[in-house]
Amino acid sequence: MGLQAVDPPQRELTAWARGFAPYMGTRRAAFMPYWPLGYPSPQQTVDYVQRLVAAGADMLELGIPFSDPLADGPTIQEATQHALAQGMTVARGLHILRTLREEGLRIPVALMTYINPILAYGQERFVKDAAEAGANGLIIPDMPPEEGDELEGLCRSHHLALIYLLAPTSTEERIRLIVRRATGFLYLVSVTGITGAREQLPPDLAEFVHRVREHTSLPLAVGFGIGRPDQARAVARVADGVIVGSALIRADREGGIEAVEALARSLARAVHTDEEGSTL
Amino acid sequence: MGEYPWPDEHGHYGPYGGRFVPETLMPALEALERAFREASRDAAFRQELDHLLRTYVGRPTPVTYARRLSEHVGGARIYLKREDLAHTGAHKINNALGQALLAVRMGKRRIIAETGAGQHGVATATAAALLGLECVVYMGTVDMERQRPNVFRMRLLGAQVRGVDSGSRTLKDAINEAIRDWVTHVRTTHYLLGSALGPHPYPLIVREFQSVIGREARAQMLDPRVGPGRLPDVVVACVGGGSNAIGIFHPFLEDEGVRLVGVEAGGQGIAGGAHAARFADPRRARVGVLHGTRSYVLQDEDGQIASTHSVSAGLDYASVGPEHALLRDMGRAEYTYATDKEALDAFALLSRLEGIIPALESAHAVAHALKLARELPRDAVILVNLSGRGDKDLETVQKILGEGATVG
Repeated sequence: MGLQAVDPPQRELTAWARGFAPYMGTRRAAFMPYWPLGYPSPQQTVDYVQRLVAAGADMLELGIPFSDPLADGPTIQEATQHALAQGMTVARGLHILRTLREEGLRIPVALMTYINPILAYGQERFVKDAAEAGANGLIIPDMPPEEGDELEGLCRSHHLALIYLLAPTSTEERIRLIVRRATGFLYLVSVTGITGAREQLPPDLAEFVHRVREHTSLPLAVGFGIGRPDQARAVARVADGVIVGSALIRADREGGIEAVEALARSLARAVHTDEEGSTL
Repeated sequence: MGEYPWPDEHGHYGPYGGRFVPETLMPALEALERAFREASRDAAFRQELDHLLRTYVGRPTPVTYARRLSEHVGGARIYLKREDLAHTGAHKINNALGQALLAVRMGKRRIIAETGAGQHGVATATAAALLGLECVVYMGTVDMERQRPNVFRMRLLGAQVRGVDSGSRTLKDAINEAIRDWVTHVRTTHYLLGSALGPHPYPLIVREFQSVIGREARAQMLDPRVGPGRLPDVVVACVGGGSNAIGIFHPFLEDEGVRLVGVEAGGQGIAGGAHAARFADPRRARVGVLHGTRSYVLQDEDGQIASTHSVSAGLDYASVGPEHALLRDMGRAEYTYATDKEALDAFALLSRLEGIIPALESAHAVAHALKLARELPRDAVILVNLSGRGDKDLETVQKILGEGATVG
């Protein structure tokens, strides 16, 4: 198994270190919105993403739709199915990212998709094209490190971070295994469950973040279940990054692009400020 | 054939199999694998399962010589392994009981399952009732419509049936929902997966619990009092995910003279794409990952999972168990398909000539056995896994054939 040390940080890997740097060791966090490529239509995605950036995103998670997204709740399922129904493909997703970069997008981008579309596209070709399109990392929720040898090698040679997920159910042994293989940052799944905003975050979230922190100095971003600014602020107290997805898509359904930007702005403000707010 | 080492320690079957699931589930799969390996070594566990299989399921199920069917074809002799006679009417109960006992052993009192034809759902609901466990079954709404009697049976047995309205509303989508439920309730819940697919250790667990079919059948074929007194020349089984097939194939793997033939759902034919024949359509089926395992998957060029079609809900699935993919690569098993029409004809013929109404899934295996019997000499012997009975399919078949039902 490829457990050898990763090369010294490369250009794209340091993009993550730079992006998280202002927040490491503080009670503030980077704001990382998720947006599905191709939603609400392939033509409109660029506008939406640019609004998210204008609202204060420090980094982005952009999703490439898959027909059977088993880690996603109903909101993202519907959004990605909608994108697929409008002809969204892997190649078009990469094209949208390339367009965003050409139009001046500077912040780090992680592409999120499931393993099957990557296998169908060809792992090597995907990693190469993703890097060329301007991605800085990959998030693949159905690919644990045990199955990641080949992709890890490819990502290393193309300077992409392969961002692994950790869950509240992860054992100490698995946390050790995963932090050893992780690059870029770690994606901590806040809840035992699928994506989608929740009324309440689990009471032991802070403890989970601390449990991982003992094993690594990599940035820790928390996602799943976070929808409201007060929740985002509470997570920012303990984590280095806050990821929000479903709530932004719901905002679009209720109030279109303006509502998305407004929610993103209040989420960004919540995680970027140091003032005392609610706690976990 | 020499040593057969699969799965390896990572759950791989050659290039297939593995464990492609969200991290949330990885610890549960590791714990399940440990519990299964411990239980397999525990004589008390094996005795408890054997006892239930004998006194509750009605095992061993017999092997029946299909005399009139064989004479009708005028070729090889056809024997049927009668899993249709197992309690709940299909082989699915073998695995459902085994895994339900495992769940109890792991202290999990809530069981979830997916079901296509409803047979696995009924078997799981039955095992849950017997052992006093809470049971939720996910079923695509298209399948609920075409297998209505089984929906009612599950509810009678005390299970909650949750309709799945996403995607193609069939087995694939039921599995997606079951996995999402498991990700959310993994600490208290055992996912009782019904086929030889999914992430490791499921293909192994299901194979081991279903291999009772092949062990019994092999002994019965060799016993001149109940069988032909020799090994069959060919063993035939239908393949959806592939649990009944792997169950009957496995104990014959080292009998090199025994051909193993899996029969997929040819639907309305391969060319039009309305089928679930993963091995027969190289244009649409490529090696990929669906539901946690790497195997052949029907998909489009972009890696989006294709919608499938079969008259039988239990074979209507875009991927196939990873061990079948390996057995095919090794040349140890061969895979073919039967169309909806061929299966319906076999369904009617077996009913009329033998007084046995097969499940539409099993009718695919019968259909291919009929073809083989014509090609083989009269002294050849074919063993068909009659994996389930057809009561659940009466409404579907009636709709297609009409009241007269004179086909064949």
